[in-house]
Amino acid sequence: MYVAVKGGERAILNSHELIAETRRGDTSVPEVSTWQISEQLGLAVDRVMAEGSLYDRDLAALAIKQAQGDLVEAIFLLRAYRTTLPRLAVSLPVDTAEMLVRRRVSAAYKDIPGGQVLGPTYDYTHRLLDFALAAEEGVGDPEAPVGETPLEEGMPHVADILDYEGLIEPEVPAEDADEPFDLTREPMSFPADRDQRLQNLARGDEGFVLALGYSTQRGFGGTHPFAGEIRMGEVSIEIVPEELGFAIDIGDVVVSECHMINQFEGSAERPPQFTRGYGLSFGHNERKVMAMALVDRALRAREFGEEARYPAEDEEFVLYHADNVEAAGFVSHLKLPHYVDFQAELGLIRKLRREFEERQQKDAAE
Amino acid sequence: MNNSPEPQAARARWMGILARATRAELESAWKAIVEPPAYEFLRRPETGLAMVRGRAGGTGNPFNLGEVTVTRCAVRLADGTAGTSYAAGRDQRKAELAAIFDALMQTGERLRIEGSVIAPIARRQQTDRDLKSRKAAATKVDFFTMVRGDNPK
Repeated sequence: MYVAVKGGERAILNSHELIAETRRGDTSVPEVSTWQISEQLGLAVDRVMAEGSLYDRDLAALAIKQAQGDLVEAIFLLRAYRTTLPRLAVSLPVDTAEMLVRRRVSAAYKDIPGGQVLGPTYDYTHRLLDFALAAEEGVGDPEAPVGETPLEEGMPHVADILDYEGLIEPEVPAEDADEPFDLTREPMSFPADRDQRLQNLARGDEGFVLALGYSTQRGFGGTHPFAGEIRMGEVSIEIVPEELGFAIDIGDVVVSECHMINQFEGSAERPPQFTRGYGLSFGHNERKVMAMALVDRALRAREFGEEARYPAEDEEFVLYHADNVEAAGFVSHLKLPHYVDFQAELGLIRKLRREFEERQQKDAAE
Repeated sequence: MNNSPEPQAARARWMGILARATRAELESAWKAIVEPPAYEFLRRPETGLAMVRGRAGGTGNPFNLGEVTVTRCAVRLADGTAGTSYAAGRDQRKAELAAIFDALMQTGERLRIEGSVIAPIARRQQTDRDLKSRKAAATKVDFFTMVRGDNPK
Protein backbone atom coordinates (compact mmCIF):
# COMPACT_ATOMS: atom_id res chain seq x y z
CA MET A 1 0.00 0.00 0.00
CA TYR A 2 1.18 3.51 -0.73
CA VAL A 3 -0.33 6.77 0.51
CA ALA A 4 -0.69 10.24 -0.96
CA VAL A 5 1.93 12.56 0.44
CA LYS A 6 1.83 16.33 0.07
CA GLY A 7 4.67 18.79 0.25
CA GLY A 8 6.93 17.86 -2.65
CA GLU A 9 5.60 20.32 -5.22
CA ARG A 10 8.61 22.61 -5.34
CA ALA A 11 11.03 19.70 -5.30
CA ILE A 12 9.15 18.07 -8.18
CA LEU A 13 9.05 21.26 -10.26
CA ASN A 14 12.75 21.83 -9.69
CA SER A 15 13.49 18.23 -10.62
CA HIS A 16 11.69 18.83 -13.94
CA GLU A 17 14.00 21.81 -14.53
CA LEU A 18 17.00 19.73 -13.62
CA ILE A 19 16.03 16.91 -15.97
CA ALA A 20 15.59 19.48 -18.78
CA GLU A 21 19.07 20.83 -18.13
CA THR A 22 20.58 17.35 -17.80
CA ARG A 23 18.90 16.21 -21.00
CA ARG A 24 20.34 19.18 -22.88
CA GLY A 25 23.84 18.46 -21.57
CA ASP A 26 26.75 20.77 -22.33
CA THR A 27 25.22 23.71 -24.21
CA SER A 28 28.46 24.31 -26.12
CA VAL A 29 27.59 21.06 -27.94
CA PRO A 30 24.89 21.49 -30.65
CA GLU A 31 21.42 20.23 -29.70
CA VAL A 32 20.35 17.00 -31.41
CA SER A 33 17.19 17.29 -33.53
CA THR A 34 14.46 14.65 -33.68
CA TRP A 35 15.15 14.61 -37.40
CA GLN A 36 18.74 13.54 -36.73
CA ILE A 37 17.56 10.84 -34.32
CA SER A 38 15.08 9.51 -36.84
CA GLU A 39 17.70 9.45 -39.63
CA GLN A 40 20.88 8.53 -37.78
CA LEU A 41 19.68 6.46 -34.82
CA GLY A 42 17.19 4.58 -36.97
CA LEU A 43 17.51 1.22 -35.22
CA ALA A 44 16.72 2.80 -31.84
CA VAL A 45 13.66 4.36 -33.49
CA ASP A 46 12.72 0.94 -34.88
CA ARG A 47 12.88 -0.71 -31.48
CA VAL A 48 10.79 2.02 -29.87
CA MET A 49 8.14 1.73 -32.61
CA ALA A 50 8.06 -2.08 -32.31
CA GLU A 51 7.70 -2.24 -28.55
CA GLY A 52 5.74 0.99 -28.33
CA SER A 53 3.44 -0.80 -30.80
CA LEU A 54 3.01 2.39 -32.79
CA TYR A 55 4.57 3.02 -36.19
CA ASP A 56 5.47 6.70 -36.43
CA ARG A 57 9.15 7.51 -36.90
CA ASP A 58 8.85 11.17 -35.89
CA LEU A 59 6.99 10.40 -32.66
CA ALA A 60 9.44 7.62 -31.75
CA ALA A 61 12.38 9.97 -32.38
CA LEU A 62 10.75 12.60 -30.18
CA ALA A 63 10.19 10.02 -27.44
CA ILE A 64 13.85 8.99 -27.62
CA LYS A 65 14.99 12.61 -27.32
CA GLN A 66 12.60 13.29 -24.45
CA ALA A 67 13.69 10.12 -22.63
CA GLN A 68 17.37 11.03 -23.13
CA GLY A 69 17.91 7.79 -25.02
CA ASP A 70 16.27 5.56 -22.38
CA LEU A 71 14.43 3.31 -24.83
CA VAL A 72 12.13 1.66 -22.28
CA GLU A 73 11.04 5.12 -21.10
CA ALA A 74 10.59 6.17 -24.76
CA ILE A 75 8.42 3.10 -25.38
CA PHE A 76 6.31 4.09 -22.37
CA LEU A 77 5.90 7.64 -23.78
CA LEU A 78 4.77 6.27 -27.14
CA ARG A 79 2.27 3.88 -25.54
CA ALA A 80 0.86 6.75 -23.47
CA TYR A 81 0.52 8.94 -26.57
CA ARG A 82 -1.36 6.30 -28.55
CA THR A 83 -4.13 6.25 -25.96
CA THR A 84 -4.98 9.84 -26.97
CA LEU A 85 -5.79 8.84 -30.57
CA PRO A 86 -8.99 7.25 -31.91
CA ARG A 87 -8.84 4.00 -33.89
CA LEU A 88 -9.87 4.91 -37.43
CA ALA A 89 -9.24 1.63 -39.22
CA VAL A 90 -7.93 -1.91 -39.12
CA SER A 91 -5.65 -3.01 -41.94
CA LEU A 92 -5.91 -6.07 -44.10
CA PRO A 93 -3.15 -8.50 -43.09
CA VAL A 94 0.15 -7.33 -44.61
CA ASP A 95 1.50 -9.53 -47.40
CA THR A 96 5.16 -10.10 -46.60
CA ALA A 97 5.64 -12.13 -49.80
CA GLU A 98 5.04 -8.85 -51.67
CA MET A 99 7.60 -6.96 -49.59
CA LEU A 100 9.96 -4.44 -51.18
CA VAL A 101 12.89 -6.52 -49.94
CA ARG A 102 15.96 -4.78 -48.57
CA ARG A 103 17.38 -7.88 -46.90
CA ARG A 104 16.54 -11.55 -47.25
CA VAL A 105 18.66 -14.50 -46.18
CA SER A 106 18.10 -18.20 -45.54
CA ALA A 107 20.28 -20.50 -43.46
CA ALA A 108 18.37 -23.55 -44.73
CA TYR A 109 18.80 -23.22 -48.50
CA LYS A 110 21.82 -21.77 -50.26
CA ASP A 111 20.16 -21.32 -53.63
CA ILE A 112 16.78 -19.83 -52.93
CA PRO A 113 14.65 -18.26 -55.64
CA GLY A 114 15.38 -14.55 -55.47
CA GLY A 115 18.76 -15.16 -53.89
CA GLN A 116 20.50 -14.33 -50.63
CA VAL A 117 20.35 -10.56 -50.23
CA LEU A 118 22.50 -9.26 -47.40
CA GLY A 119 21.15 -5.70 -47.31
CA PRO A 120 22.25 -3.28 -44.57
CA THR A 121 23.58 -5.75 -41.98
CA TYR A 122 26.27 -5.61 -39.29
CA ASP A 123 26.72 -9.39 -39.56
CA TYR A 124 29.89 -9.23 -41.62
CA THR A 125 31.46 -6.21 -39.96
CA HIS A 126 34.53 -6.71 -37.77
CA ARG A 127 32.99 -5.25 -34.63
CA LEU A 128 36.01 -3.02 -34.18
CA LEU A 129 35.28 0.54 -33.09
CA ASP A 130 35.42 2.71 -36.17
CA PHE A 131 37.12 5.93 -35.14
CA ALA A 132 36.41 7.46 -38.54
CA LEU A 133 32.84 7.95 -37.25
CA ALA A 134 34.21 10.10 -34.43
CA ALA A 135 36.32 12.29 -36.72
CA GLU A 136 35.64 16.01 -36.56
CA GLU A 137 34.92 16.33 -40.28
CA GLY A 138 32.23 13.60 -40.09
CA VAL A 139 31.59 10.77 -42.53
CA GLY A 140 30.61 12.90 -45.53
CA ASP A 141 27.97 11.47 -47.85
CA PRO A 142 28.51 7.71 -48.14
CA GLU A 143 26.92 6.20 -51.24
CA ALA A 144 26.12 2.52 -51.58
CA PRO A 145 26.65 0.72 -54.89
CA VAL A 146 23.57 0.42 -57.06
CA GLY A 147 22.78 -2.86 -58.81
CA GLU A 148 21.92 -2.84 -62.49
CA THR A 149 18.43 -4.15 -61.98
CA PRO A 150 16.03 -4.24 -59.03
CA LEU A 151 15.37 -7.52 -57.21
CA GLU A 152 12.58 -9.71 -58.53
CA GLU A 153 9.20 -8.49 -57.32
CA GLY A 154 7.29 -10.81 -55.02
CA MET A 155 9.85 -13.18 -53.50
CA PRO A 156 8.22 -16.40 -52.31
CA HIS A 157 8.81 -17.53 -48.74
CA VAL A 158 11.35 -20.30 -48.25
CA ALA A 159 8.78 -22.23 -46.21
CA ASP A 160 6.62 -22.45 -49.34
CA ILE A 161 9.29 -24.66 -50.93
CA LEU A 162 8.95 -27.20 -48.11
CA ASP A 163 5.19 -26.74 -48.09
CA TYR A 164 5.07 -27.79 -51.73
CA GLU A 165 6.55 -31.15 -50.77
CA GLY A 166 4.33 -31.46 -47.69
CA LEU A 167 7.38 -31.57 -45.44
CA ILE A 168 6.28 -28.66 -43.26
CA GLU A 169 3.00 -28.09 -41.49
CA PRO A 170 0.72 -26.07 -43.76
CA GLU A 171 -0.02 -22.50 -42.69
CA VAL A 172 -3.39 -21.44 -44.07
CA PRO A 173 -6.03 -19.21 -42.50
CA ALA A 174 -8.87 -21.04 -40.78
CA GLU A 175 -12.17 -20.34 -42.50
CA ASP A 176 -13.98 -19.86 -39.20
CA ALA A 177 -11.26 -17.80 -37.50
CA ASP A 178 -12.56 -15.26 -34.96
CA GLU A 179 -11.56 -11.60 -35.06
CA PRO A 180 -7.94 -11.54 -33.89
CA PHE A 181 -7.42 -10.97 -30.18
CA ASP A 182 -6.46 -7.36 -29.40
CA LEU A 183 -4.40 -6.67 -26.28
CA THR A 184 -5.08 -2.94 -26.61
CA ARG A 185 -8.77 -3.62 -25.99
CA GLU A 186 -9.02 -6.88 -24.06
CA PRO A 187 -7.20 -8.06 -20.95
CA MET A 188 -4.85 -11.04 -21.28
CA SER A 189 -6.73 -14.35 -21.16
CA PHE A 190 -5.64 -17.97 -20.88
CA PRO A 191 -5.28 -20.40 -22.49
CA ALA A 192 -3.99 -17.92 -25.08
CA ASP A 193 -4.32 -18.58 -28.77
CA ARG A 194 -1.51 -17.89 -31.19
CA ASP A 195 -2.91 -14.50 -32.29
CA GLN A 196 -2.78 -13.21 -28.71
CA ARG A 197 0.70 -14.66 -28.19
CA LEU A 198 2.09 -13.18 -31.41
CA GLN A 199 0.74 -9.71 -30.59
CA ASN A 200 2.22 -9.95 -27.12
CA LEU A 201 5.61 -11.08 -28.44
CA ALA A 202 5.65 -8.48 -31.23
CA ARG A 203 5.41 -5.71 -28.64
CA GLY A 204 7.33 -7.61 -25.96
CA ASP A 205 10.66 -6.50 -24.55
CA GLU A 206 13.49 -7.47 -26.88
CA GLY A 207 15.81 -8.42 -24.02
CA PHE A 208 13.23 -10.66 -22.39
CA VAL A 209 12.20 -12.36 -25.64
CA LEU A 210 15.86 -12.76 -26.63
CA ALA A 211 16.75 -14.42 -23.31
CA LEU A 212 13.77 -16.79 -23.59
CA GLY A 213 14.65 -17.68 -27.18
CA TYR A 214 18.24 -18.28 -26.09
CA SER A 215 17.05 -20.53 -23.25
CA THR A 216 15.28 -22.82 -25.74
CA GLN A 217 18.55 -23.19 -27.67
CA ARG A 218 20.50 -24.05 -24.55
CA GLY A 219 18.27 -26.96 -23.58
CA PHE A 220 15.42 -25.35 -21.64
CA GLY A 221 13.00 -26.61 -24.27
CA GLY A 222 14.67 -27.82 -27.47
CA THR A 223 13.07 -26.86 -30.77
CA HIS A 224 15.99 -27.70 -33.15
CA PRO A 225 15.52 -24.54 -35.18
CA PHE A 226 16.86 -23.52 -38.58
CA ALA A 227 16.54 -19.93 -39.71
CA GLY A 228 14.45 -20.80 -42.75
CA GLU A 229 14.30 -17.20 -43.76
CA ILE A 230 14.83 -13.70 -42.43
CA ARG A 231 13.64 -10.74 -44.43
CA MET A 232 13.29 -7.00 -43.94
CA GLY A 233 11.75 -4.33 -46.10
CA GLU A 234 8.64 -2.30 -46.81
CA VAL A 235 5.13 -3.69 -46.93
CA SER A 236 2.11 -1.66 -47.97
CA ILE A 237 -0.72 -1.05 -45.53
CA GLU A 238 -4.19 -1.51 -46.98
CA ILE A 239 -7.42 -0.52 -45.29
CA VAL A 240 -11.04 -0.64 -46.40
CA PRO A 241 -12.66 2.61 -45.26
CA GLU A 242 -16.37 2.11 -44.58
CA GLU A 243 -17.38 5.10 -46.70
CA LEU A 244 -15.51 3.72 -49.73
CA GLY A 245 -16.10 0.00 -49.43
CA PHE A 246 -12.92 -0.93 -51.29
CA ALA A 247 -9.28 -1.35 -50.27
CA ILE A 248 -6.81 1.52 -50.53
CA ASP A 249 -3.11 1.81 -49.65
CA ILE A 250 -2.33 4.32 -46.94
CA GLY A 251 1.46 3.96 -47.20
CA ASP A 252 4.27 1.58 -46.35
CA VAL A 253 5.88 0.39 -43.13
CA VAL A 254 9.21 -1.35 -42.69
CA VAL A 255 8.90 -4.75 -41.03
CA SER A 256 11.26 -7.59 -40.16
CA GLU A 257 10.13 -11.18 -40.44
CA CYS A 258 11.63 -14.52 -39.43
CA HIS A 259 10.51 -18.04 -40.25
CA MET A 260 12.11 -20.67 -38.04
CA ILE A 261 11.85 -24.24 -39.24
CA ASN A 262 11.73 -26.71 -36.38
CA GLN A 263 11.90 -30.46 -36.07
CA PHE A 264 8.80 -32.43 -35.15
CA GLU A 265 8.95 -36.19 -34.87
CA GLY A 266 5.26 -36.69 -35.44
CA SER A 267 2.53 -38.16 -33.30
CA ALA A 268 -0.28 -40.67 -33.70
CA GLU A 269 -2.27 -38.08 -35.68
CA ARG A 270 0.46 -36.06 -37.39
CA PRO A 271 3.21 -37.28 -39.71
CA PRO A 272 6.82 -36.36 -38.99
CA GLN A 273 7.31 -32.94 -40.51
CA PHE A 274 8.87 -29.59 -39.87
CA THR A 275 6.93 -27.12 -37.75
CA ARG A 276 7.00 -23.35 -37.81
CA GLY A 277 7.99 -20.58 -35.46
CA TYR A 278 7.18 -17.06 -36.63
CA GLY A 279 8.46 -13.61 -35.81
CA LEU A 280 7.22 -10.28 -37.18
CA SER A 281 7.98 -6.80 -35.96
CA PHE A 282 7.82 -3.17 -37.03
CA GLY A 283 11.13 -1.76 -38.23
CA HIS A 284 14.50 -3.40 -38.71
CA ASN A 285 14.60 -5.65 -35.64
CA GLU A 286 16.24 -8.85 -36.73
CA ARG A 287 17.42 -10.08 -33.33
CA LYS A 288 13.94 -9.54 -32.00
CA VAL A 289 12.09 -11.43 -34.74
CA MET A 290 14.51 -14.37 -34.57
CA ALA A 291 14.00 -14.64 -30.81
CA MET A 292 10.27 -14.17 -31.27
CA ALA A 293 10.15 -17.05 -33.75
CA LEU A 294 11.93 -19.33 -31.27
CA VAL A 295 9.53 -18.41 -28.47
CA ASP A 296 6.47 -18.66 -30.76
CA ARG A 297 7.42 -22.27 -31.53
CA ALA A 298 8.16 -23.05 -27.87
CA LEU A 299 4.73 -21.69 -26.89
CA ARG A 300 3.05 -24.01 -29.41
CA ALA A 301 3.98 -27.02 -27.25
CA ARG A 302 0.34 -27.68 -26.30
CA GLU A 303 -0.69 -27.73 -29.95
CA PHE A 304 1.83 -30.50 -30.73
CA GLY A 305 1.11 -32.52 -27.61
CA GLU A 306 4.51 -31.69 -26.16
CA GLU A 307 4.93 -31.37 -22.43
CA ALA A 308 5.42 -27.70 -21.44
CA ARG A 309 8.26 -27.99 -18.96
CA TYR A 310 10.41 -24.92 -19.41
CA PRO A 311 9.85 -21.17 -18.92
CA ALA A 312 9.71 -20.39 -22.67
CA GLU A 313 6.93 -22.98 -23.07
CA ASP A 314 4.84 -21.59 -20.21
CA GLU A 315 2.46 -19.11 -21.81
CA GLU A 316 1.37 -17.46 -18.57
CA PHE A 317 4.96 -16.90 -17.56
CA VAL A 318 5.94 -15.54 -20.97
CA LEU A 319 2.89 -13.41 -21.74
CA TYR A 320 2.58 -11.89 -18.28
CA HIS A 321 6.21 -10.78 -18.21
CA ALA A 322 7.08 -9.83 -21.79
CA ASP A 323 5.74 -6.28 -21.68
CA ASN A 324 8.40 -3.84 -20.50
CA VAL A 325 5.92 -1.02 -19.85
CA GLU A 326 4.03 -3.20 -17.38
CA ALA A 327 7.21 -4.69 -15.95
CA ALA A 328 8.91 -1.31 -15.49
CA GLY A 329 5.71 0.09 -13.98
CA PHE A 330 5.40 -2.62 -11.38
CA VAL A 331 9.07 -2.64 -10.43
CA SER A 332 9.11 1.18 -10.34
CA HIS A 333 6.06 1.43 -8.12
CA LEU A 334 8.35 0.32 -5.29
CA LYS A 335 9.74 3.86 -5.43
CA LEU A 336 6.41 5.34 -4.35
CA PRO A 337 6.07 6.14 -0.67
CA HIS A 338 5.30 3.00 1.35
CA TYR A 339 5.83 4.83 4.65
CA VAL A 340 2.79 3.45 6.49
CA ASP A 341 3.39 -0.10 5.27
CA PHE A 342 6.98 0.12 6.30
CA GLN A 343 6.11 1.49 9.77
CA ALA A 344 3.83 -1.50 10.29
CA GLU A 345 6.57 -3.92 9.19
CA LEU A 346 9.06 -2.16 11.42
CA GLY A 347 6.74 -2.50 14.41
CA LEU A 348 6.27 -6.21 13.67
CA ILE A 349 10.01 -6.89 13.35
CA ARG A 350 10.67 -5.03 16.65
CA LYS A 351 8.04 -7.14 18.42
CA LEU A 352 9.39 -10.43 16.99
CA ARG A 353 12.92 -9.36 17.88
CA ARG A 354 11.86 -8.58 21.46
CA GLU A 355 10.21 -11.99 21.80
CA PHE A 356 13.26 -13.72 20.33
CA GLU A 357 15.61 -11.99 22.76
CA GLU A 358 13.33 -12.73 25.73
CA ARG A 359 13.30 -16.42 24.73
CA GLN A 360 17.08 -16.50 24.48
CA GLN A 361 17.51 -14.86 27.91
CA LYS A 362 15.05 -17.32 29.36
CA ASP A 363 16.90 -20.29 27.80
CA ALA A 364 20.25 -18.96 29.08
CA ALA A 365 18.82 -18.56 32.57
CA GLU A 366 17.61 -22.16 32.58
CA MET B 1 -19.20 7.53 -57.90
CA ASN B 2 -19.66 4.44 -60.00
CA ASN B 3 -19.20 1.35 -57.86
CA SER B 4 -18.24 -1.10 -60.57
CA PRO B 5 -14.85 -2.72 -59.92
CA GLU B 6 -12.85 -1.01 -62.64
CA PRO B 7 -13.30 2.63 -61.56
CA GLN B 8 -12.69 1.47 -57.97
CA ALA B 9 -9.35 -0.01 -58.99
CA ALA B 10 -8.45 3.20 -60.80
CA ARG B 11 -9.41 5.31 -57.82
CA ALA B 12 -7.59 3.00 -55.37
CA ARG B 13 -4.48 3.44 -57.54
CA TRP B 14 -4.42 7.23 -57.44
CA MET B 15 -5.44 7.30 -53.76
CA GLY B 16 -2.41 5.08 -53.00
CA ILE B 17 -0.15 7.40 -54.98
CA LEU B 18 -1.55 10.44 -53.14
CA ALA B 19 -1.14 8.69 -49.77
CA ARG B 20 2.56 8.13 -50.50
CA ALA B 21 3.14 11.62 -51.91
CA THR B 22 5.09 14.13 -49.86
CA ARG B 23 3.36 17.23 -48.61
CA ALA B 24 5.78 19.34 -50.69
CA GLU B 25 4.78 17.52 -53.87
CA LEU B 26 1.06 18.10 -53.25
CA GLU B 27 1.58 21.68 -52.12
CA SER B 28 3.52 22.61 -55.26
CA ALA B 29 0.95 20.81 -57.46
CA TRP B 30 -1.81 22.79 -55.73
CA LYS B 31 0.03 26.10 -56.19
CA ALA B 32 0.49 25.28 -59.88
CA ILE B 33 -3.26 25.25 -60.44
CA VAL B 34 -4.16 28.59 -62.01
CA GLU B 35 -7.72 28.74 -60.76
CA PRO B 36 -7.86 26.57 -57.65
CA PRO B 37 -11.38 25.19 -57.15
CA ALA B 38 -13.46 26.13 -54.12
CA TYR B 39 -14.05 23.30 -51.65
CA GLU B 40 -15.49 22.70 -48.22
CA PHE B 41 -14.71 20.08 -45.62
CA LEU B 42 -17.00 17.10 -45.27
CA ARG B 43 -14.60 15.94 -42.60
CA ARG B 44 -11.79 18.13 -41.33
CA PRO B 45 -8.36 16.50 -41.25
CA GLU B 46 -8.30 14.04 -38.36
CA THR B 47 -5.39 11.99 -37.02
CA GLY B 48 -5.93 8.58 -35.46
CA LEU B 49 -4.67 5.02 -35.59
CA ALA B 50 -4.93 2.06 -37.90
CA MET B 51 -4.27 -1.36 -36.39
CA VAL B 52 -1.85 -3.20 -38.69
CA ARG B 53 -2.35 -6.94 -38.99
CA GLY B 54 0.03 -9.70 -39.93
CA ARG B 55 -0.54 -13.41 -40.48
CA ALA B 56 0.87 -16.22 -38.34
CA GLY B 57 3.64 -17.81 -40.39
CA GLY B 58 3.13 -15.12 -43.05
CA THR B 59 0.15 -16.95 -44.58
CA GLY B 60 -2.00 -18.20 -41.66
CA ASN B 61 -4.54 -16.65 -39.32
CA PRO B 62 -4.38 -12.87 -38.85
CA PHE B 63 -3.03 -11.28 -35.67
CA ASN B 64 -2.65 -7.69 -34.52
CA LEU B 65 0.92 -6.50 -35.03
CA GLY B 66 0.70 -2.89 -33.84
CA GLU B 67 -0.75 0.45 -34.84
CA VAL B 68 0.29 3.14 -37.29
CA THR B 69 -0.71 6.80 -37.17
CA VAL B 70 -3.08 7.72 -39.98
CA THR B 71 -4.66 11.00 -41.03
CA ARG B 72 -7.85 11.28 -43.04
CA CYS B 73 -9.84 14.06 -44.62
CA ALA B 74 -12.90 14.48 -46.84
CA VAL B 75 -13.80 17.49 -48.97
CA ARG B 76 -16.59 18.51 -51.37
CA LEU B 77 -16.04 20.65 -54.46
CA ALA B 78 -18.52 23.29 -55.54
CA ASP B 79 -20.03 20.87 -58.09
CA GLY B 80 -20.71 18.36 -55.29
CA THR B 81 -17.87 15.94 -56.07
CA ALA B 82 -16.52 14.43 -52.86
CA GLY B 83 -12.89 13.52 -52.30
CA THR B 84 -11.38 11.40 -49.54
CA SER B 85 -7.88 10.72 -48.29
CA TYR B 86 -6.24 8.37 -45.82
CA ALA B 87 -2.46 8.50 -45.37
CA ALA B 88 -0.09 7.02 -42.83
CA GLY B 89 1.40 9.73 -40.61
CA ARG B 90 0.09 12.89 -39.00
CA ASP B 91 0.32 15.47 -41.79
CA GLN B 92 -3.08 17.17 -41.84
CA ARG B 93 -2.33 19.61 -44.65
CA LYS B 94 -1.19 16.72 -46.84
CA ALA B 95 -4.43 14.86 -46.05
CA GLU B 96 -6.43 17.94 -47.07
CA LEU B 97 -4.59 18.34 -50.38
CA ALA B 98 -4.82 14.60 -51.12
CA ALA B 99 -8.59 14.73 -50.60
CA ILE B 100 -8.90 17.70 -52.97
CA PHE B 101 -6.90 15.91 -55.67
CA ASP B 102 -9.00 12.76 -55.16
CA ALA B 103 -12.07 14.89 -55.80
CA LEU B 104 -10.56 16.56 -58.86
CA MET B 105 -9.66 13.15 -60.28
CA GLN B 106 -13.38 12.37 -60.35
CA THR B 107 -14.24 15.45 -62.38
CA GLY B 108 -13.62 16.57 -65.95
CA GLU B 109 -10.15 17.64 -64.77
CA ARG B 110 -9.11 14.03 -64.46
CA LEU B 111 -6.84 13.75 -67.48
CA ARG B 112 -5.10 17.03 -66.74
CA ILE B 113 -4.52 16.15 -63.05
CA GLU B 114 -3.39 12.64 -63.97
CA GLY B 115 -0.78 14.07 -66.32
CA SER B 116 0.41 16.98 -64.21
CA VAL B 117 0.11 15.61 -60.67
CA ILE B 118 -0.50 11.87 -60.33
CA ALA B 119 1.81 10.50 -63.02
CA PRO B 120 4.92 12.54 -62.03
CA ILE B 121 4.48 11.59 -58.35
CA ALA B 122 3.96 7.94 -59.32
CA ARG B 123 7.15 8.03 -61.40
CA ARG B 124 9.13 9.52 -58.53
CA GLN B 125 7.76 6.83 -56.19
CA GLN B 126 8.66 4.06 -58.64
CA THR B 127 12.18 5.50 -59.08
CA ASP B 128 12.65 5.54 -55.30
CA ARG B 129 11.47 1.94 -55.02
CA ASP B 130 13.72 0.82 -57.84
CA LEU B 131 16.71 2.56 -56.30
CA LYS B 132 16.11 0.90 -52.92
CA SER B 133 15.74 -2.45 -54.61
CA ARG B 134 18.83 -1.97 -56.77
CA LYS B 135 20.91 -1.08 -53.71
CA ALA B 136 19.66 -4.28 -52.06
CA ALA B 137 20.40 -6.17 -55.29
CA ALA B 138 24.03 -4.96 -55.12
CA THR B 139 24.34 -6.98 -51.85
CA LYS B 140 23.08 -10.22 -53.40
CA VAL B 141 25.49 -13.11 -52.85
CA ASP B 142 26.99 -14.75 -55.94
CA PHE B 143 28.01 -18.19 -54.78
CA PHE B 144 30.76 -19.87 -56.74
CA THR B 145 32.53 -23.16 -56.29
CA MET B 146 36.22 -22.94 -55.53
CA VAL B 147 37.29 -26.33 -56.86
CA ARG B 148 35.84 -26.22 -60.34
CA GLY B 149 37.90 -23.32 -61.53
CA ASP B 150 35.01 -21.68 -63.34
CA ASN B 151 34.62 -18.72 -61.06
CA PRO B 152 32.96 -15.69 -62.57
CA LYS B 153 35.33 -12.80 -63.10
